[in-house]
Amino acid sequence: MTKLQNAIVGGVRAVIGHVPASWLPGGTPDPLIDKRVSLGEQQSRVDGPDKVRGKARFAAEVPMEGLLYAAFVHSTIARGRIADIDASAAEAAPGVALVMTYRNAPKMAVPPPIGMTNLKAAGNHILPIMQDPEIRWNGQVVAVVLAETREQADHAATLVQVRYDAAPARTRFDEGKASAYTPESILVERNRLEKGGPGRKFAEAAVKIDAVYTTPWESHNPIEPHAATIVWRDGRLIVHDATQMIHGTAGSLAKIFGLKPDDVELSSPYVGGGFGAKGLWDHQILGAAAARLADRPVRVALSRASMHRLIGGRTQTEQRVALAADADGKLKALLHHGYGVKPLHSICDEGFTLTGRSLYASESFDIVQHYVDLDLLANSFMRAPGEAPGTFAIECAMDELAHALGMDPIELRRRNVATCDPVSGAPHSQSAMMEAYDLGAARIGWDRRIAQPGMRREGEWLIGMGCATGTFPFMRMPGTSVRITIDANGNAHVASAAHEMGMGTATVQRQHAADRLGLPVDRVTVTIGDSRLPFASFAGGSSQTASLAAAISAASSKLVTDLLRLAGNDTPLAGLKPGEVAFADGGLRSVEDPARQESFASILRRSGRGEVSVIGESGAPLEIMKYAMHSTSANFCAVRVSEVTGEIRVDRLVGAFDCGRILNAKTATSQFKGGMIMGLGMALTEETLLDERTGRIMSTSLADYHVPVHLDVPDMDVLWTDIPDPRTPLGARGIGEIGTTGVAAAIANAVFNATGKRVRDLPLTLDRLI
Amino acid sequence: MTPLRYVRASNRADALAQVGRNGRFLGGGTNLVDLLRQNVEQAGELVDVSRLDATISETRGGGLLIDASVRNAALAADPRVRRHYPVLARALLAGASAQIRNMATVGGNILQRTRCPYFYDVDGARCNKRQPGAGCDALDGFNRYHAILGASDQCVATHPSDMCVALAMLDAVVHLAGPGGDRSISLTDFHVLPGATPDVETGLKPGELIAAVELPPPSAATTNADYRKVRDRSSYAFALISVAGGLALADGCVTQARLALGGVAAKPWRATKAEAALVGAAPTPDAFLSAIREELAGARPLSGNGFKIDLAARTTVAVLTALAGAHP
Repeated sequence: MTKLQNAIVGGVRAVIGHVPASWLPGGTPDPLIDKRVSLGEQQSRVDGPDKVRGKARFAAEVPMEGLLYAAFVHSTIARGRIADIDASAAEAAPGVALVMTYRNAPKMAVPPPIGMTNLKAAGNHILPIMQDPEIRWNGQVVAVVLAETREQADHAATLVQVRYDAAPARTRFDEGKASAYTPESILVERNRLEKGGPGRKFAEAAVKIDAVYTTPWESHNPIEPHAATIVWRDGRLIVHDATQMIHGTAGSLAKIFGLKPDDVELSSPYVGGGFGAKGLWDHQILGAAAARLADRPVRVALSRASMHRLIGGRTQTEQRVALAADADGKLKALLHHGYGVKPLHSICDEGFTLTGRSLYASESFDIVQHYVDLDLLANSFMRAPGEAPGTFAIECAMDELAHALGMDPIELRRRNVATCDPVSGAPHSQSAMMEAYDLGAARIGWDRRIAQPGMRREGEWLIGMGCATGTFPFMRMPGTSVRITIDANGNAHVASAAHEMGMGTATVQRQHAADRLGLPVDRVTVTIGDSRLPFASFAGGSSQTASLAAAISAASSKLVTDLLRLAGNDTPLAGLKPGEVAFADGGLRSVEDPARQESFASILRRSGRGEVSVIGESGAPLEIMKYAMHSTSANFCAVRVSEVTGEIRVDRLVGAFDCGRILNAKTATSQFKGGMIMGLGMALTEETLLDERTGRIMSTSLADYHVPVHLDVPDMDVLWTDIPDPRTPLGARGIGEIGTTGVAAAIANAVFNATGKRVRDLPLTLDRLI
Repeated sequence: MTPLRYVRASNRADALAQVGRNGRFLGGGTNLVDLLRQNVEQAGELVDVSRLDATISETRGGGLLIDASVRNAALAADPRVRRHYPVLARALLAGASAQIRNMATVGGNILQRTRCPYFYDVDGARCNKRQPGAGCDALDGFNRYHAILGASDQCVATHPSDMCVALAMLDAVVHLAGPGGDRSISLTDFHVLPGATPDVETGLKPGELIAAVELPPPSAATTNADYRKVRDRSSYAFALISVAGGLALADGCVTQARLALGGVAAKPWRATKAEAALVGAAPTPDAFLSAIREELAGARPLSGNGFKIDLAARTTVAVLTALAGAHP
């Protein structure tokens, strides 16, 4: 991003800083923070029964007449050109309908890049797709085979002969660092930050630590591989997809194929895990192109190997963190420099240096990150982009500093916890990090920890305990809309093109709408997952719940006005203004005189209407320009490390979260636990094996790319402060990503406590501990 | 996958008759089907032998005869195995996942192929095992899981089986049926080291089928035995190092020692040098360490697996020390 963006964001922040809070979204705390009936309860997911019965239909299961199956041929070089491609044997193979290469692919525009300026764009890269013979990364699709069965397509794909003119490729991280570039901004933040004279503070400080931490490339592995069933009908493109960006994907496909936005219809009612992976990638585009070429519907269901070669992951990082403190542990300086990979064609930022700007009240900062441009697959967002690797470095460094000071690591954080934004001085909307620490410390029994490493053992196992802070910013997306329809029976129907990746979107918004509209939950339905429904932004940045909640809240205000108008004068509500009534008992009621009330059904009946329908929208998130809005968490971990083999066994994980109010204890617990397990994988096992000689990924199966297995996952406790954020809808902040942050650091810190060995490189494989 | 013919054999003779020159016997399919689907292997036909007789019977000498079609899960659960050959049950249960063990057969387990990622990457990597003379990308590539013993400059792959490490330690014998008649071969001779022909992995002749595996009668050192597997996650990962060890002691000395290593070579590695050094020695960690060091003296580390030499020694000492302590 650009200097211009920095100037605009800085200007808006300066102006909003002077605007009274009451003028901004969240200026008046949401009444539902305290007035809860269904919200806060344990509610099972509404989509659960259909999923366990196998009735929920996923993208790769949509039946279609005359369907063709796609198989991909991937390049085997990282840079160069296709010199020759011979598809004749594949075309002659049984069941093959066609082979598509750059020679016969339809003309397609480059994907419009995902970003804050165009919410209908979802491109993770901006490369032309199958438009020329150029090879840009090892694994790029060079041919698509369509056949009557999946097996026939897979077989024919092995018969496509490709000859390449290879060019020198840049695939080595260490070599690339020499020519790394330094972006002006990371997401919406200025990249370079130097404040408070860090050089002098370092020179003066009593205690310093300075170390380099590395995290590897990690690949997405949702349980459902990417899939789409695609058909062209009368010039319109119909896509059954698995995406967490319905309108972004539909809007991008419209641009790529030169269609009007309404000529792309995309449905995605169920997504088998997203985590940032389920956006727009080459497979939907190639599937749509091949379907047009064949004039038949096409199913694309990526193999695990194709996923690893086509769907970007989290970049590797190399992060230097230096901390300086006085003898009491007060932070004088925080330095965070680092490198990640971001090819020039790649869109998604890995803002790992944002973490250290919000958590601790250091007197000075020296922060900048650089990107290495390599001939590799574009990165993508992966659960808690930026903060996941960022908290590893910052929070291990805090542990190192505590050890150097001879201070309890929780106490070090207590002495430095920020009471406002440490860089801008903006006030917190709400923040209670130390309450989270207190909750978690009590639960795990932190007082049993022995500060000196290597002091506890059971047989060959060294026992240790560690902690680390997690954090993720609050985000609410503008433009997300819902339609609320009240039917003749007075039941409410909420609809939005929102996303369900298993986290309970419809479930929680049903609880919300019920409480908002004064209805029991069984009189509310929620429909999501289709581009024909009102616009919704992506399910990303842990923003969807807040965005939908703001939209439902806005719609409900409109609904009051419309209902009062329909009610007319022949009603107990006659003469009341919108501000004088509230939703209650399936209707509206006077706030002053509860006897004056009328039900939705009655209002509609008398007005001769079958239903009333309104649309509400989440407005501009100006509150994030005025307040520092971050969730925080305290992660605790107990580990065993074998002195014989170096194997690590995590015995216990405790996550205590300060994320505002929790809306559904059951779905929230699942979200937090899932996030923590992802953090566990990041700590112990996950690593994409890139052969730097060829730029080829060598870990393209679940046997080679190690996610945690059940036996790796310990006893887990999830706790929360449940303190409402007065500036957010429902008093809640997003919870989708924070669970992953800080976990790897807590585990690494526990390993240090157990063994006295400080491992600064992930994953913490056993060879690093013997 | 190349199109192929599938036939289900009704008995062993039928299986031998049905398999053609490009044919393969199919057990549980937990490895072979992957290899076929990824085009690492091609077969004209698959002759399914997974439904042939699958019994475990006692031999006249007091050992066990295990049909090749016995599923891994069934073998691990057999009370005679659990009681007299606990090392085998533990090795089996250390392998794969419950679902895979329910499918995988004893014969198929013996014949499973290396998990070297370059072997599996048909399009993008060189592999002498897959394509003789092509070269080996693992030599200077990712070789964390690769061999430290018995490798060659042509191939550094390891045999991935856990079960076979226990079988090697137990002196198991493999019974073969083939067009030329039946024969038997010890498990330790069944797999061969890569040398200049890494594509040749076993002594199996064309058309031959593994019929059964025979375990000799149990002895003190096979019963006082254990299997320990060291890997990158708690379950469902191949061994970096595994150790099958057994000890018999009398009068403060080792009278019998059995030791086999997994994850170190193209075959389950029977540590005969260490065994010889152990017999007559005092059962102390120092003696165990010096014995395993003798075995590992010939170990050759690669760029990414040097830690395995020390890890093999540490794990062996831990296993033997525990057995010495546990000895009645």
